Amino acid sequence: MAYRPEPAPFEEELAGLDALEVKTPRARSRARRIWSSLWPKFAAVGIVLLVWQILVWAHWRPKYVFPGPGAAFRSLWDDVANGRILRATGVTMERAAIGYGIALLIGSAIGIAVARVAVLRAAIGSLITGLQTMPSVAWFPLAIVVFRLSETAILFVVVLGAAPAIANGLISGIDHVPPLLLRAGRVLGARGMKAYRHVILPAAFPSFLGGMKQGWAFAWRSLMAGELLVVIGGRAGLGFTLDSARLSQDYPGLMATMIVILVIGIMIDSLLFGVLERRVRRRWGLIEATS
Amino acid sequence: MSLRPRARETTEPDLHMGSGSAVSLTSVSKVYGAGAEAVHAVDNVSLDVEFGEFLCLVGASGCGKSTLLNMIAGLDKTTNGTVEVRGGRPTLIFQEPALFPWLTVERNVDLALKLRKIDRADRKQVVGSLLEMVHLTGFGSKQPHELSGGMRQRVAIARALAQQAEILLMDEPFGALDAMTRDLLHDEVERLWQDTGFSIVFVTHNVREAVRLADRVILLSSRPGRIAAEFPVDIPRPRRIESPEVGALATEITARLREEVKHHGVQT
Ligand SMILES: Nc1ncnc2c1ncn2[C@@H]1O[C@H](COP(=O)(O)OP(=O)(O)O)[C@@H](O)[C@H]1O
Ligand SMILES: [Mg+2]
Repeated sequence: MAYRPEPAPFEEELAGLDALEVKTPRARSRARRIWSSLWPKFAAVGIVLLVWQILVWAHWRPKYVFPGPGAAFRSLWDDVANGRILRATGVTMERAAIGYGIALLIGSAIGIAVARVAVLRAAIGSLITGLQTMPSVAWFPLAIVVFRLSETAILFVVVLGAAPAIANGLISGIDHVPPLLLRAGRVLGARGMKAYRHVILPAAFPSFLGGMKQGWAFAWRSLMAGELLVVIGGRAGLGFTLDSARLSQDYPGLMATMIVILVIGIMIDSLLFGVLERRVRRRWGLIEATS
Repeated sequence: MSLRPRARETTEPDLHMGSGSAVSLTSVSKVYGAGAEAVHAVDNVSLDVEFGEFLCLVGASGCGKSTLLNMIAGLDKTTNGTVEVRGGRPTLIFQEPALFPWLTVERNVDLALKLRKIDRADRKQVVGSLLEMVHLTGFGSKQPHELSGGMRQRVAIARALAQQAEILLMDEPFGALDAMTRDLLHDEVERLWQDTGFSIVFVTHNVREAVRLADRVILLSSRPGRIAAEFPVDIPRPRRIESPEVGALATEITARLREEVKHHGVQT
Protein backbone atom coordinates (compact mmCIF):
# COMPACT_ATOMS: atom_id res chain seq x y z
CA MET A 1 0.00 0.00 0.00
CA ALA A 2 1.31 3.41 -0.94
CA TYR A 3 -0.01 4.98 2.21
CA ARG A 4 2.54 6.21 4.78
CA PRO A 5 1.26 7.89 7.89
CA GLU A 6 3.07 11.07 8.77
CA PRO A 7 3.81 11.35 12.44
CA ALA A 8 1.41 13.84 13.93
CA PRO A 9 1.61 15.39 17.39
CA PHE A 10 -1.53 13.63 18.57
CA GLU A 11 -0.16 10.17 17.89
CA GLU A 12 2.01 9.95 20.98
CA GLU A 13 -0.90 11.04 23.12
CA LEU A 14 -3.09 8.42 21.47
CA ALA A 15 -0.54 5.69 22.10
CA GLY A 16 -0.35 6.80 25.72
CA LEU A 17 -4.11 6.60 26.16
CA ASP A 18 -4.24 3.20 24.47
CA ALA A 19 -1.58 1.81 26.75
CA LEU A 20 -3.49 3.04 29.78
CA GLU A 21 -6.79 1.64 28.66
CA VAL A 22 -5.97 -1.84 27.43
CA LYS A 23 -6.80 -4.48 29.98
CA THR A 24 -3.78 -6.42 31.11
CA PRO A 25 -4.83 -9.87 32.19
CA ARG A 26 -3.86 -10.65 35.75
CA ALA A 27 -1.12 -13.24 35.63
CA ARG A 28 -2.13 -16.42 37.39
CA SER A 29 -0.57 -19.76 36.68
CA ARG A 30 -2.53 -22.37 34.80
CA ALA A 31 -1.90 -24.98 37.44
CA ARG A 32 -3.34 -22.74 40.17
CA ARG A 33 -6.36 -21.90 38.07
CA ILE A 34 -7.11 -25.56 37.40
CA TRP A 35 -6.56 -26.44 41.04
CA SER A 36 -8.87 -23.70 42.26
CA SER A 37 -11.65 -25.01 40.04
CA LEU A 38 -10.98 -28.65 40.89
CA TRP A 39 -10.67 -28.76 44.65
CA PRO A 40 -14.33 -27.93 45.38
CA LYS A 41 -15.31 -30.83 43.13
CA PHE A 42 -12.94 -33.22 44.91
CA ALA A 43 -14.30 -32.01 48.24
CA ALA A 44 -17.88 -32.64 47.11
CA VAL A 45 -17.06 -36.16 45.94
CA GLY A 46 -15.31 -36.80 49.25
CA ILE A 47 -18.37 -35.70 51.21
CA VAL A 48 -20.70 -37.90 49.16
CA LEU A 49 -18.45 -40.92 49.67
CA LEU A 50 -18.30 -40.17 53.39
CA VAL A 51 -22.10 -39.94 53.74
CA TRP A 52 -22.45 -43.18 51.76
CA GLN A 53 -19.95 -44.91 54.03
CA ILE A 54 -21.68 -43.59 57.15
CA LEU A 55 -25.03 -44.95 55.91
CA VAL A 56 -23.39 -48.34 55.48
CA TRP A 57 -21.77 -48.19 58.92
CA ALA A 58 -25.10 -47.22 60.42
CA HIS A 59 -26.67 -50.38 58.89
CA TRP A 60 -29.32 -48.33 57.13
CA ARG A 61 -29.90 -51.36 54.87
CA PRO A 62 -28.35 -54.83 55.05
CA LYS A 63 -24.78 -54.68 53.79
CA TYR A 64 -25.32 -57.17 50.93
CA VAL A 65 -28.14 -55.02 49.50
CA PHE A 66 -26.44 -51.69 50.02
CA PRO A 67 -22.68 -52.14 49.72
CA GLY A 68 -20.26 -49.41 50.73
CA PRO A 69 -17.96 -47.42 48.50
CA GLY A 70 -15.11 -49.84 49.17
CA ALA A 71 -16.99 -52.84 47.76
CA ALA A 72 -18.36 -50.78 44.88
CA PHE A 73 -14.95 -49.54 43.81
CA ARG A 74 -13.45 -53.02 44.17
CA SER A 75 -16.16 -54.35 41.88
CA LEU A 76 -15.57 -51.44 39.51
CA TRP A 77 -11.89 -52.27 39.45
CA ASP A 78 -12.64 -55.95 38.62
CA ASP A 79 -15.08 -54.98 35.88
CA VAL A 80 -12.54 -52.62 34.38
CA ALA A 81 -9.84 -55.27 34.59
CA ASN A 82 -11.89 -58.01 32.92
CA GLY A 83 -13.02 -55.58 30.22
CA ARG A 84 -16.76 -55.99 30.83
CA ILE A 85 -17.43 -52.40 31.81
CA LEU A 86 -15.30 -51.06 28.97
CA ARG A 87 -17.19 -53.14 26.41
CA ALA A 88 -20.52 -51.97 27.81
CA THR A 89 -19.29 -48.38 27.83
CA GLY A 90 -18.20 -48.79 24.22
CA VAL A 91 -21.64 -50.00 23.15
CA THR A 92 -23.37 -47.20 25.04
CA MET A 93 -21.07 -44.47 23.81
CA GLU A 94 -21.47 -45.64 20.23
CA ARG A 95 -25.24 -45.32 20.58
CA ALA A 96 -24.82 -41.96 22.28
CA ALA A 97 -22.56 -40.65 19.53
CA ILE A 98 -24.83 -41.81 16.71
CA GLY A 99 -28.02 -40.65 18.39
CA TYR A 100 -26.60 -37.32 19.45
CA GLY A 101 -25.03 -36.80 16.02
CA ILE A 102 -28.37 -37.35 14.31
CA ALA A 103 -30.09 -35.10 16.85
CA LEU A 104 -27.52 -32.41 16.15
CA LEU A 105 -28.15 -32.56 12.41
CA ILE A 106 -31.94 -32.66 12.70
CA GLY A 107 -32.07 -30.11 15.51
CA SER A 108 -29.88 -27.65 13.62
CA ALA A 109 -31.81 -28.06 10.38
CA ILE A 110 -35.15 -27.58 12.12
CA GLY A 111 -33.77 -24.68 14.14
CA ILE A 112 -32.60 -22.77 11.07
CA ALA A 113 -35.77 -23.56 9.15
CA VAL A 114 -38.03 -22.39 11.97
CA ALA A 115 -35.97 -19.26 12.58
CA ARG A 116 -36.05 -18.33 8.89
CA VAL A 117 -39.53 -19.27 7.80
CA ALA A 118 -42.34 -17.46 9.58
CA VAL A 119 -44.97 -20.04 8.60
CA LEU A 120 -42.90 -22.87 10.04
CA ARG A 121 -42.44 -20.94 13.25
CA ALA A 122 -46.17 -20.40 13.57
CA ALA A 123 -46.78 -24.07 12.78
CA ILE A 124 -44.22 -25.89 14.90
CA GLY A 125 -42.44 -23.31 17.04
CA SER A 126 -44.41 -24.08 20.17
CA LEU A 127 -44.54 -27.78 19.31
CA ILE A 128 -40.76 -27.91 19.68
CA THR A 129 -40.94 -26.45 23.15
CA GLY A 130 -43.77 -28.87 23.92
CA LEU A 131 -41.68 -31.82 22.82
CA GLN A 132 -38.94 -30.65 25.14
CA THR A 133 -41.20 -30.87 28.16
CA MET A 134 -42.36 -34.39 27.26
CA PRO A 135 -40.42 -37.01 29.26
CA SER A 136 -38.68 -38.98 26.56
CA VAL A 137 -39.29 -42.35 28.31
CA ALA A 138 -42.92 -41.85 27.35
CA TRP A 139 -41.92 -42.40 23.74
CA PHE A 140 -40.62 -45.92 24.34
CA PRO A 141 -43.86 -47.89 24.12
CA LEU A 142 -44.55 -46.33 20.73
CA ALA A 143 -40.92 -46.77 19.62
CA ILE A 144 -41.00 -50.45 20.57
CA VAL A 145 -44.29 -51.00 18.75
CA VAL A 146 -43.01 -49.30 15.62
CA PHE A 147 -39.36 -50.37 15.57
CA ARG A 148 -39.47 -53.55 17.71
CA LEU A 149 -36.65 -54.17 20.15
CA SER A 150 -33.97 -52.66 17.95
CA GLU A 151 -31.20 -50.11 17.89
CA THR A 152 -33.54 -47.90 15.90
CA ALA A 153 -36.03 -47.81 18.77
CA ILE A 154 -33.33 -46.54 21.12
CA LEU A 155 -31.94 -44.02 18.63
CA PHE A 156 -35.45 -42.76 17.87
CA VAL A 157 -36.02 -41.82 21.49
CA VAL A 158 -32.54 -40.39 21.97
CA VAL A 159 -33.01 -38.15 18.94
CA LEU A 160 -36.49 -37.10 20.08
CA GLY A 161 -35.04 -36.24 23.46
CA ALA A 162 -32.10 -34.18 22.25
CA ALA A 163 -33.18 -32.55 18.98
CA PRO A 164 -35.83 -30.14 20.39
CA ALA A 165 -33.39 -28.68 22.91
CA ILE A 166 -30.77 -28.21 20.20
CA ALA A 167 -33.29 -26.63 17.82
CA ASN A 168 -34.56 -24.32 20.55
CA GLY A 169 -31.06 -23.19 21.44
CA LEU A 170 -30.39 -22.30 17.83
CA ILE A 171 -33.74 -20.56 17.36
CA SER A 172 -33.36 -18.39 20.43
CA GLY A 173 -29.76 -17.62 19.43
CA ILE A 174 -30.87 -16.46 16.00
CA ASP A 175 -33.78 -14.50 17.48
CA HIS A 176 -31.48 -12.63 19.82
CA VAL A 177 -28.78 -11.54 17.41
CA PRO A 178 -28.28 -7.84 18.23
CA PRO A 179 -29.86 -5.80 15.40
CA LEU A 180 -26.82 -3.51 15.42
CA LEU A 181 -24.58 -6.40 14.39
CA LEU A 182 -26.97 -7.34 11.60
CA ARG A 183 -26.87 -3.78 10.33
CA ALA A 184 -23.08 -3.65 10.61
CA GLY A 185 -22.97 -6.86 8.59
CA ARG A 186 -25.29 -5.44 5.97
CA VAL A 187 -23.13 -2.35 5.60
CA LEU A 188 -20.15 -4.64 5.00
CA GLY A 189 -22.10 -6.52 2.35
CA ALA A 190 -23.22 -9.55 4.36
CA ARG A 191 -26.73 -10.14 3.09
CA GLY A 192 -28.76 -13.31 2.64
CA MET A 193 -26.70 -16.48 3.07
CA LYS A 194 -23.58 -14.46 3.78
CA ALA A 195 -25.32 -12.76 6.67
CA TYR A 196 -26.06 -16.23 8.08
CA ARG A 197 -22.55 -17.46 7.64
CA HIS A 198 -20.66 -14.41 8.89
CA VAL A 199 -23.01 -12.76 11.35
CA ILE A 200 -26.13 -14.64 12.42
CA LEU A 201 -24.76 -18.11 13.08
CA PRO A 202 -21.61 -16.96 14.88
CA ALA A 203 -23.70 -14.57 16.94
CA ALA A 204 -26.13 -17.38 17.79
CA PHE A 205 -23.37 -19.78 18.77
CA PRO A 206 -23.38 -19.27 22.56
CA SER A 207 -27.10 -19.98 22.73
CA PHE A 208 -26.70 -22.92 20.33
CA LEU A 209 -24.00 -24.32 22.59
CA GLY A 210 -26.37 -24.00 25.55
CA GLY A 211 -28.97 -25.96 23.57
CA MET A 212 -26.38 -28.59 22.67
CA LYS A 213 -25.44 -29.00 26.30
CA GLN A 214 -29.05 -29.36 27.35
CA GLY A 215 -29.64 -31.70 24.43
CA TRP A 216 -26.81 -33.89 25.62
CA ALA A 217 -28.37 -34.19 29.06
CA PHE A 218 -31.67 -35.27 27.48
CA ALA A 219 -29.91 -37.68 25.13
CA TRP A 220 -28.02 -39.33 27.96
CA ARG A 221 -31.14 -39.80 30.06
CA SER A 222 -33.11 -41.17 27.14
CA LEU A 223 -30.31 -43.54 26.27
CA MET A 224 -30.12 -44.98 29.80
CA ALA A 225 -33.89 -45.46 29.89
CA GLY A 226 -33.69 -47.06 26.46
CA GLU A 227 -30.99 -49.51 27.44
CA LEU A 228 -33.03 -50.56 30.48
CA LEU A 229 -36.18 -51.11 28.45
CA VAL A 230 -34.94 -52.26 25.06
CA VAL A 231 -32.66 -55.22 25.45
CA ILE A 232 -30.92 -56.35 22.31
CA GLY A 233 -29.06 -59.65 22.38
CA GLY A 234 -25.28 -59.38 22.12
CA ARG A 235 -25.35 -55.59 22.51
CA ALA A 236 -25.04 -55.03 26.24
CA GLY A 237 -24.70 -51.36 27.09
CA LEU A 238 -24.40 -49.75 30.51
CA GLY A 239 -28.17 -49.72 31.04
CA PHE A 240 -28.38 -53.46 30.46
CA THR A 241 -25.34 -54.05 32.72
CA LEU A 242 -27.10 -52.09 35.43
CA ASP A 243 -30.26 -54.13 35.19
CA SER A 244 -28.51 -57.47 34.93
CA ALA A 245 -26.47 -56.62 38.06
CA ARG A 246 -29.76 -56.10 39.88
CA LEU A 247 -31.22 -59.36 38.55
CA SER A 248 -28.14 -61.36 39.49
CA GLN A 249 -28.03 -59.62 42.89
CA ASP A 250 -24.55 -58.26 42.16
CA TYR A 251 -25.14 -55.10 44.18
CA PRO A 252 -21.53 -53.87 44.23
CA GLY A 253 -21.61 -54.27 40.44
CA LEU A 254 -24.83 -52.22 40.31
CA MET A 255 -23.19 -49.44 42.29
CA ALA A 256 -20.08 -49.63 40.14
CA THR A 257 -22.10 -49.26 36.93
CA MET A 258 -23.99 -46.31 38.37
CA ILE A 259 -20.71 -44.63 39.17
CA VAL A 260 -19.59 -45.11 35.56
CA ILE A 261 -22.86 -43.65 34.21
CA LEU A 262 -22.62 -40.66 36.50
CA VAL A 263 -18.97 -40.00 35.70
CA ILE A 264 -19.50 -40.17 31.93
CA GLY A 265 -22.43 -37.76 32.18
CA ILE A 266 -20.44 -35.31 34.28
CA MET A 267 -17.33 -35.56 32.12
CA ILE A 268 -19.12 -34.76 28.90
CA ASP A 269 -21.15 -32.03 30.50
CA SER A 270 -18.32 -30.24 32.23
CA LEU A 271 -15.22 -31.24 30.29
CA LEU A 272 -16.63 -30.98 26.79
CA PHE A 273 -19.50 -28.48 26.99
CA GLY A 274 -18.31 -26.66 30.09
CA VAL A 275 -14.88 -25.99 28.62
CA LEU A 276 -16.32 -24.95 25.26
CA GLU A 277 -18.79 -22.64 26.93
CA ARG A 278 -16.14 -20.97 29.05
CA ARG A 279 -13.90 -20.52 26.06
CA VAL A 280 -16.67 -18.81 24.09
CA ARG A 281 -17.68 -16.61 27.00
CA ARG A 282 -14.09 -15.57 27.58
CA ARG A 283 -13.54 -14.77 23.92
CA TRP A 284 -16.69 -12.66 23.82
CA GLY A 285 -15.69 -10.88 26.99
CA LEU A 286 -18.68 -12.18 28.94
CA ILE A 287 -16.40 -13.28 31.78
CA GLU A 288 -13.11 -11.88 32.96
CA ALA A 289 -10.09 -13.55 31.44
CA THR A 290 -8.80 -14.85 34.75
CA SER A 291 -11.95 -15.92 36.54
CA MET B 1 -5.58 -2.84 -3.22
CA SER B 2 -4.37 0.64 -2.54
CA LEU B 3 -6.12 3.38 -0.71
CA ARG B 4 -5.24 5.90 -3.42
CA PRO B 5 -4.30 8.93 -1.42
CA ARG B 6 -5.69 11.93 -3.18
CA ALA B 7 -4.03 15.23 -2.39
CA ARG B 8 -6.56 17.86 -1.40
CA GLU B 9 -4.47 20.93 -2.18
CA THR B 10 -4.28 20.17 -5.87
CA THR B 11 -4.54 22.68 -8.69
CA GLU B 12 -5.88 20.02 -11.02
CA PRO B 13 -9.65 19.92 -11.21
CA ASP B 14 -11.10 16.91 -9.40
CA LEU B 15 -12.14 14.41 -12.05
CA HIS B 16 -15.43 13.82 -10.27
CA MET B 17 -16.36 17.47 -10.21
CA GLY B 18 -18.98 18.40 -12.68
CA SER B 19 -20.12 14.80 -13.01
CA GLY B 20 -22.39 15.32 -10.02
CA SER B 21 -22.05 15.02 -6.26
CA ALA B 22 -21.02 12.09 -4.12
CA VAL B 23 -24.50 11.98 -2.60
CA SER B 24 -27.62 13.67 -3.94
CA LEU B 25 -30.82 13.66 -1.95
CA THR B 26 -33.84 14.94 -3.81
CA SER B 27 -36.98 15.72 -1.80
CA VAL B 28 -36.38 12.80 0.49
CA SER B 29 -39.01 11.98 3.09
CA LYS B 30 -39.37 9.20 5.59
CA VAL B 31 -42.55 8.38 7.45
CA TYR B 32 -42.61 5.70 10.11
CA GLY B 33 -45.97 4.07 10.72
CA ALA B 34 -49.24 5.21 9.21
CA GLY B 35 -52.39 7.15 10.01
CA ALA B 36 -52.55 9.17 13.22
CA GLU B 37 -49.51 7.35 14.58
CA ALA B 38 -47.30 8.33 11.64
CA VAL B 39 -43.98 9.95 12.49
CA HIS B 40 -42.55 12.24 9.84
CA ALA B 41 -38.93 11.54 10.68
CA VAL B 42 -37.53 13.24 7.57
CA ASP B 43 -39.50 15.66 5.46
CA ASN B 44 -38.59 16.85 2.01
CA VAL B 45 -34.85 17.08 2.41
CA SER B 46 -32.77 17.96 -0.63
CA LEU B 47 -29.04 17.93 -0.16
CA ASP B 48 -25.86 17.43 -2.17
CA VAL B 49 -22.62 16.20 -0.70
CA GLU B 50 -19.70 17.16 -2.91
CA PHE B 51 -16.85 14.79 -3.61
CA GLY B 52 -14.24 15.14 -0.92
CA GLU B 53 -16.50 17.26 1.25
CA PHE B 54 -16.67 16.92 5.01
CA LEU B 55 -20.31 17.57 5.86
CA CYS B 56 -21.73 17.64 9.37
CA LEU B 57 -25.42 17.22 10.19
CA VAL B 58 -26.46 18.64 13.54
CA GLY B 59 -29.83 18.72 15.18
CA ALA B 60 -31.65 17.88 18.37
CA SER B 61 -31.96 14.24 19.25
CA GLY B 62 -34.84 12.57 17.41
CA CYS B 63 -34.77 14.99 14.49
CA GLY B 64 -34.10 12.28 11.91
CA LYS B 65 -30.31 12.36 11.57
CA SER B 66 -29.87 8.60 11.85
CA THR B 67 -32.81 7.99 9.56
CA LEU B 68 -31.22 10.21 6.94
CA LEU B 69 -27.88 8.41 7.17
CA ASN B 70 -29.53 5.00 7.03
CA MET B 71 -31.29 5.98 3.84
CA ILE B 72 -28.00 7.13 2.31
CA ALA B 73 -26.39 3.87 3.42
CA GLY B 74 -29.21 1.88 1.83
CA LEU B 75 -30.28 0.33 5.15
CA ASP B 76 -33.64 2.10 5.07
CA LYS B 77 -35.95 2.84 2.16
CA THR B 78 -37.17 6.35 1.52
CA THR B 79 -40.91 6.97 1.71
CA ASN B 80 -40.58 9.62 -0.97
CA GLY B 81 -37.82 11.15 -3.04
CA THR B 82 -34.59 9.72 -4.35
CA VAL B 83 -31.15 9.04 -2.96
CA GLU B 84 -28.31 8.94 -5.46
CA VAL B 85 -24.88 7.79 -4.42
CA ARG B 86 -21.81 7.79 -6.65
CA GLY B 87 -18.50 6.10 -6.07
CA GLY B 88 -19.71 2.78 -4.71
CA ARG B 89 -21.74 1.74 -1.71
CA PRO B 90 -21.12 4.04 1.25
CA THR B 91 -19.93 2.71 4.54
CA LEU B 92 -21.53 3.55 7.86
CA ILE B 93 -19.97 3.86 11.30
CA PHE B 94 -22.39 3.65 14.21
CA GLN B 95 -22.30 5.26 17.62
CA GLU B 96 -21.36 1.89 19.03
CA PRO B 97 -18.37 0.24 17.35
CA ALA B 98 -20.56 -2.75 16.35
CA LEU B 99 -17.55 -5.05 16.15
CA PHE B 100 -18.20 -8.78 16.02
CA PRO B 101 -17.30 -10.05 19.49
CA TRP B 102 -16.40 -13.53 18.24
CA LEU B 103 -13.64 -12.23 15.97
CA THR B 104 -10.30 -10.72 16.87
CA VAL B 105 -9.57 -7.13 15.89
CA GLU B 106 -7.66 -8.37 12.85
CA ARG B 107 -10.42 -10.67 11.70
CA ASN B 108 -13.07 -8.01 12.15
CA VAL B 109 -11.19 -5.90 9.64
CA ASP B 110 -10.44 -8.93 7.53
CA LEU B 111 -14.13 -9.82 7.22
CA ALA B 112 -14.77 -6.58 5.34
CA LEU B 113 -12.10 -7.61 2.82
CA LYS B 114 -13.36 -11.17 2.63
CA LEU B 115 -16.85 -9.94 1.82
CA ARG B 116 -15.31 -7.92 -0.99
CA LYS B 117 -13.75 -11.16 -2.26
CA ILE B 118 -10.17 -9.97 -1.85
CA ASP B 119 -7.65 -12.81 -2.13
CA ARG B 120 -6.59 -14.32 1.14
CA ALA B 121 -2.97 -13.78 0.18
CA ASP B 122 -3.42 -10.01 -0.09
CA ARG B 123 -5.70 -9.59 2.89
CA LYS B 124 -3.14 -10.02 5.64
CA GLN B 125 -1.01 -7.17 4.43
CA VAL B 126 -3.98 -4.88 3.87
CA VAL B 127 -5.30 -5.56 7.35
CA GLY B 128 -1.87 -4.67 8.70
CA SER B 129 -1.76 -1.35 6.92
CA LEU B 130 -5.33 -0.48 7.89
CA LEU B 131 -4.56 -1.09 11.55
CA GLU B 132 -1.46 1.03 11.11
CA MET B 133 -3.60 3.83 9.71
CA VAL B 134 -5.68 3.95 12.87
CA HIS B 135 -2.59 3.44 15.04
CA LEU B 136 -3.53 0.02 16.32
CA THR B 137 -0.56 -1.98 15.11
CA GLY B 138 0.11 -4.64 17.70
CA PHE B 139 -3.50 -4.94 18.84
CA GLY B 140 -4.60 -7.17 15.96
CA SER B 141 -4.85 -10.36 17.96
CA LYS B 142 -6.91 -8.82 20.79
CA GLN B 143 -10.61 -9.47 21.16
CA PRO B 144 -12.73 -6.30 20.89
CA HIS B 145 -13.73 -6.40 24.55
CA GLU B 146 -10.10 -6.10 25.57
CA LEU B 147 -9.84 -2.63 24.04
CA SER B 148 -11.12 0.73 25.26
CA GLY B 149 -14.15 2.36 23.66
CA GLY B 150 -12.01 4.74 21.64
CA MET B 151 -9.81 1.95 20.34
CA ARG B 152 -12.85 -0.11 19.36
CA GLN B 153 -14.22 2.82 17.45
CA ARG B 154 -10.90 3.06 15.61
CA VAL B 155 -11.15 -0.62 14.72
CA ALA B 156 -14.60 0.15 13.34
CA ILE B 157 -13.05 2.94 11.30
CA ALA B 158 -10.36 0.57 9.99
CA ARG B 159 -13.07 -1.94 9.10
CA ALA B 160 -15.01 0.76 7.29
CA LEU B 161 -11.89 1.84 5.41
CA ALA B 162 -11.39 -1.77 4.36
CA GLN B 163 -14.58 -1.47 2.36
CA GLN B 164 -12.82 1.09 0.26
CA ALA B 165 -16.01 3.04 -0.02
CA GLU B 166 -15.45 6.60 -1.07
CA ILE B 167 -18.27 7.84 1.09
CA LEU B 168 -17.98 7.52 4.82
CA LEU B 169 -21.14 8.00 6.88
CA MET B 170 -20.64 8.46 10.62
CA ASP B 171 -23.57 8.44 13.04
CA GLU B 172 -22.49 10.17 16.26
CA PRO B 173 -19.39 7.99 16.23
CA PHE B 174 -17.71 9.63 19.21
CA GLY B 175 -20.82 10.35 21.27
CA ALA B 176 -19.99 7.72 23.85
CA LEU B 177 -16.32 8.65 24.32
CA ASP B 178 -14.64 10.87 26.89
CA ALA B 179 -13.58 14.35 25.77
CA MET B 180 -9.88 13.66 25.54
CA THR B 181 -10.24 10.53 23.42
CA ARG B 182 -12.79 12.32 21.27
CA ASP B 183 -10.43 15.22 20.56
CA LEU B 184 -7.71 12.80 19.50
CA LEU B 185 -10.12 10.97 17.23
CA HIS B 186 -11.09 14.27 15.61
CA ASP B 187 -7.44 14.71 14.67
CA GLU B 188 -7.34 11.16 13.40
CA VAL B 189 -10.48 11.37 11.28
CA GLU B 190 -9.41 14.71 9.85
CA ARG B 191 -6.05 13.27 8.88
CA LEU B 192 -7.62 10.17 7.28
CA TRP B 193 -10.00 12.37 5.36
CA GLN B 194 -7.18 14.61 4.12
CA ASP B 195 -5.08 11.60 3.13
CA THR B 196 -7.79 9.67 1.35
CA GLY B 197 -10.06 12.34 -0.09
CA PHE B 198 -13.22 10.59 1.06
CA SER B 199 -16.54 12.34 1.23
CA ILE B 200 -17.75 12.26 4.82
CA VAL B 201 -21.22 12.81 6.24
CA PHE B 202 -20.82 13.11 9.97
CA VAL B 203 -23.83 13.23 12.28
CA THR B 204 -23.56 14.74 15.72
CA HIS B 205 -25.61 16.63 18.27
CA ASN B 206 -22.42 18.35 19.46
CA VAL B 207 -22.24 21.64 17.57
CA ARG B 208 -18.61 22.35 18.50
CA GLU B 209 -17.59 18.97 17.17
CA ALA B 210 -19.37 19.77 13.92
CA VAL B 211 -17.59 23.11 13.54
CA ARG B 212 -14.26 21.51 14.45
CA LEU B 213 -14.57 19.00 11.62
CA ALA B 214 -16.84 20.22 8.85
CA ASP B 215 -16.49 22.11 5.61
CA ARG B 216 -20.20 22.75 5.93
CA VAL B 217 -22.65 22.30 8.79
CA ILE B 218 -26.28 21.51 8.07
CA LEU B 219 -28.78 22.20 10.83
CA LEU B 220 -31.87 19.99 10.88
CA SER B 221 -35.13 20.93 12.53
CA SER B 222 -37.16 18.35 14.43
CA ARG B 223 -40.42 16.62 13.59
CA PRO B 224 -40.58 16.87 10.72
CA GLY B 225 -36.85 16.73 10.07
CA ARG B 226 -36.08 19.47 7.58
CA ILE B 227 -33.02 21.47 6.68
CA ALA B 228 -33.28 24.58 8.85
CA ALA B 229 -30.02 26.31 8.01
CA GLU B 230 -26.67 25.79 6.43
CA PHE B 231 -23.34 27.16 7.67
CA PRO B 232 -20.15 27.07 5.60
CA VAL B 233 -17.10 26.73 7.85
CA ASP B 234 -14.18 28.76 6.55
CA ILE B 235 -11.93 28.41 9.56
CA PRO B 236 -8.52 27.24 8.30
CA ARG B 237 -7.32 23.75 9.23
CA PRO B 238 -5.83 22.43 11.40
CA ARG B 239 -8.48 23.57 13.84
CA ARG B 240 -8.73 23.06 17.55
CA ILE B 241 -12.05 22.43 19.19
CA GLU B 242 -11.29 24.98 21.93
CA SER B 243 -10.22 27.75 19.52
CA PRO B 244 -12.20 31.04 19.65
CA GLU B 245 -13.17 30.87 15.96
CA VAL B 246 -14.69 27.42 16.43
CA GLY B 247 -16.36 28.68 19.59
CA ALA B 248 -17.85 31.73 17.88
CA LEU B 249 -19.43 29.83 15.03
CA ALA B 250 -20.61 27.09 17.38
CA THR B 251 -22.33 29.74 19.49
CA GLU B 252 -24.09 31.10 16.44
CA ILE B 253 -25.26 27.66 15.31
CA THR B 254 -26.35 26.72 18.83
CA ALA B 255 -28.45 29.89 19.06
CA ARG B 256 -30.15 28.89 15.84
CA LEU B 257 -30.65 25.34 17.11
CA ARG B 258 -32.25 26.70 20.30
CA GLU B 259 -34.68 28.70 18.22
CA GLU B 260 -35.61 25.59 16.27
CA VAL B 261 -36.28 23.65 19.43
CA LYS B 262 -38.25 26.52 21.00
CA HIS B 263 -40.30 26.97 17.86
CA HIS B 264 -41.08 23.30 18.00
CA GLY B 265 -42.26 23.63 21.59
CA VAL B 266 -44.73 26.40 20.62
CA GLN B 267 -46.07 24.35 17.74
CA THR B 268 -47.11 21.31 19.72
N1 LIG C 1 -38.05 2.21 13.30
C1 LIG C 1 -38.74 3.31 13.69
N2 LIG C 1 -40.07 3.23 13.87
C2 LIG C 1 -40.78 4.31 14.27
N3 LIG C 1 -40.26 5.52 14.51
C3 LIG C 1 -38.92 5.66 14.37
C4 LIG C 1 -38.10 4.57 13.96
N4 LIG C 1 -36.82 4.99 13.90
C5 LIG C 1 -36.86 6.29 14.25
N5 LIG C 1 -38.11 6.69 14.53
C6 LIG C 1 -38.53 8.07 14.91
O1 LIG C 1 -38.06 8.93 13.92
C7 LIG C 1 -37.54 10.11 14.49
C8 LIG C 1 -36.10 10.31 14.04
O2 LIG C 1 -35.29 9.30 14.60
P1 LIG C 1 -33.72 9.25 14.37
O3 LIG C 1 -33.45 9.33 12.93
O4 LIG C 1 -33.19 8.09 15.10
O5 LIG C 1 -33.27 10.62 15.08
P2 LIG C 1 -31.83 11.09 15.52
O6 LIG C 1 -30.81 10.15 14.98
O7 LIG C 1 -31.72 12.47 14.98
O8 LIG C 1 -31.82 11.12 17.03
C9 LIG C 1 -37.65 9.96 16.00
O9 LIG C 1 -38.76 10.70 16.39
C10 LIG C 1 -37.88 8.49 16.21
O10 LIG C 1 -38.71 8.29 17.29
MG1 LIG D 1 -29.39 8.93 15.97
